[in-house]
Amino acid sequence: MDAVAIPYTWVLALSAVLFAIGTMGVLLRRNGIAIFLSLEIMLNSANLAFAAFAFRFASDHATAAAALDGQLFIFFVIAVAAAEAAVGLALFILLQRRKGSIDVDRANILRW
Amino acid sequence: MVSIVFLVAAAIAVISALFVVVPRNPTTNLLSLVVMFFAMAAIFAILGMDFLAAIQIIVYSGAILVLFLFVIMLLNIRRVEAFGSGRPIQALLGTLVAAGIGGIVLVIAGLLLPVAGGVLPGAVDLGTAIPIGRALMSTHLFAFEFITLLLVAAIVGAFYLGKREEE
Amino acid sequence: MWADLAVIGVKLVFGLVVLLTTVPIMVWVERRGSALIQDRLGPNRVGPFGLFQPVIDVVKLLTKEVITPAGVKPLLYILAPVIAVVIALSTFIAIPIGKDTGLEVFGHPVDGLIVAPDLNIGLLYIFAISSLAVYSVLLAGWSSDNKYALLGGIRASAQAISYELAMTISIVGVLMTAGSLHLQQIVDAQGGVWMGFLPHWNIFPQFIGAITFVVAVFAETNRLPFDLPEADSELVAGYHTEYSSIRFAAFYMSEYLHMTVASALITVLFLGGWNLPWIDIPFSGWPGALLAMAVFSIKVAMLLWFFVWVRWTLPRFRYDQLMALGWKVMIPLAVLNFLWVGVAMSLGYM
Repeated sequence: MDAVAIPYTWVLALSAVLFAIGTMGVLLRRNGIAIFLSLEIMLNSANLAFAAFAFRFASDHATAAAALDGQLFIFFVIAVAAAEAAVGLALFILLQRRKGSIDVDRANILRW
Repeated sequence: MVSIVFLVAAAIAVISALFVVVPRNPTTNLLSLVVMFFAMAAIFAILGMDFLAAIQIIVYSGAILVLFLFVIMLLNIRRVEAFGSGRPIQALLGTLVAAGIGGIVLVIAGLLLPVAGGVLPGAVDLGTAIPIGRALMSTHLFAFEFITLLLVAAIVGAFYLGKREEE
Repeated sequence: MWADLAVIGVKLVFGLVVLLTTVPIMVWVERRGSALIQDRLGPNRVGPFGLFQPVIDVVKLLTKEVITPAGVKPLLYILAPVIAVVIALSTFIAIPIGKDTGLEVFGHPVDGLIVAPDLNIGLLYIFAISSLAVYSVLLAGWSSDNKYALLGGIRASAQAISYELAMTISIVGVLMTAGSLHLQQIVDAQGGVWMGFLPHWNIFPQFIGAITFVVAVFAETNRLPFDLPEADSELVAGYHTEYSSIRFAAFYMSEYLHMTVASALITVLFLGGWNLPWIDIPFSGWPGALLAMAVFSIKVAMLLWFFVWVRWTLPRFRYDQLMALGWKVMIPLAVLNFLWVGVAMSLGYM
């Protein structure tokens, strides 16, 4: 692969911006599916941060193992996100059946 | 040249993330998220992580979001609510938290040394499938098998939760 | 760098032109071939042997009235056929259509007859892009505001994601013996002769994997016997019921494009790509490349005829039979193939 001349701090900055957007989405939306999608944005921004640091450490043979670990961690985060999406969507289907809508403000029986 | 591609991909990622958060139609949100995942895969590929870019598209765009689309269609979800309606305290707190975390990470990014680590030399070819496969099967075998168990648990759990009760 | 881009551009244009001209040829083959199988004549008036029939068909399709039903969701309705065609066209950049015989174009080396020679994850890229074809079907079915379209769309997407698993597991054996995801290297690993008389193609030791892959590819491209999503007698026209004129032409075209790419993939993975059965391609430079491309085209053409032949021979699977086959038969068979290849490799036979 040819040399890629991007400072890894740019990738980190992008990760910060995406994380902020995802957090806004989670806190401000009432539709359950939209909250879930914003959560996926947050997970992806974390993946980008890992990728940025893996990229930074991949340039030396001494630290190349850390780069590989970074990529593997991203792989595991993607797998965990898949598992979480499956269970979360099943819960949303149950919520719709019990409450008639997936507006999360309606799921308030346990509130004191 | 590569920086331009990265900047374009980053711009597409941010704009489509905004389209996920702001519009009220769930299908628009989902399709913008597909676009965002494509931009992310492009960024992974630019950083030399080809395998991860392909996995991102196969798993995230091709499987998880299809699942989301199925659920949106099953539950027939339309435009449910207006953006930020009826939650002023959360809106304020949310903005502060988001700005805070984002700002902290930006400051850290600015303070970090732009090391020679920004440039990948030609000899180290870490992003392809072979080094990752080897590492998964040797050093991280336990985590790999554990993830398998986790996915099985998720399948069984989702199946059980979605089962209709027999009256 | 600009010379590199120019070479890639030329290869891309060449590939696109070839792919897009395959579509009218396939339309003609389908109509005359089905007629042959059904003991009738087929189109024979429009040109010699009806060869201009596809041209007339395209003109007819394009001049029909474009009807957009009232209740459709406009963006998704228009996006679905676009996604179908774009995805079918995007997968071919990782498929090698000939041998890397050291060609040069105006003094600049053509890096193998593959549009993206540096893509180390070639096969994964193809699976990534073709897994997005589910969206076109699902969005078409849902946005059409028609219950038959919705049923067709859901059935088609469920079928696609079920057979995707069998498809990806069945090629793991091929990847193990070739040791790489790059399709050029997979084809190179199939040169030569095995046990003295069989060509070293992957279909011979891994016939279970080959059969599973071919069946899964039939299901992915929605061809009979797996074409319940477009079943005329049951669902009107399935997910493309509400599409008329050029949008229907886009879906029709995308089906043939998917078929062509799938045949090319089967050729590369199991039938030895551009390798001649017992002889190594002796030439180099342009004659060698042309010979390699000709061999590849002949194999792809044979597979395309096989697609047409099966369509007009076998009856259609019922939906529950189809899903049972995908999950309970295809996936175990694919895993069996994978185990068998692993055992053979550890014993040193492959």
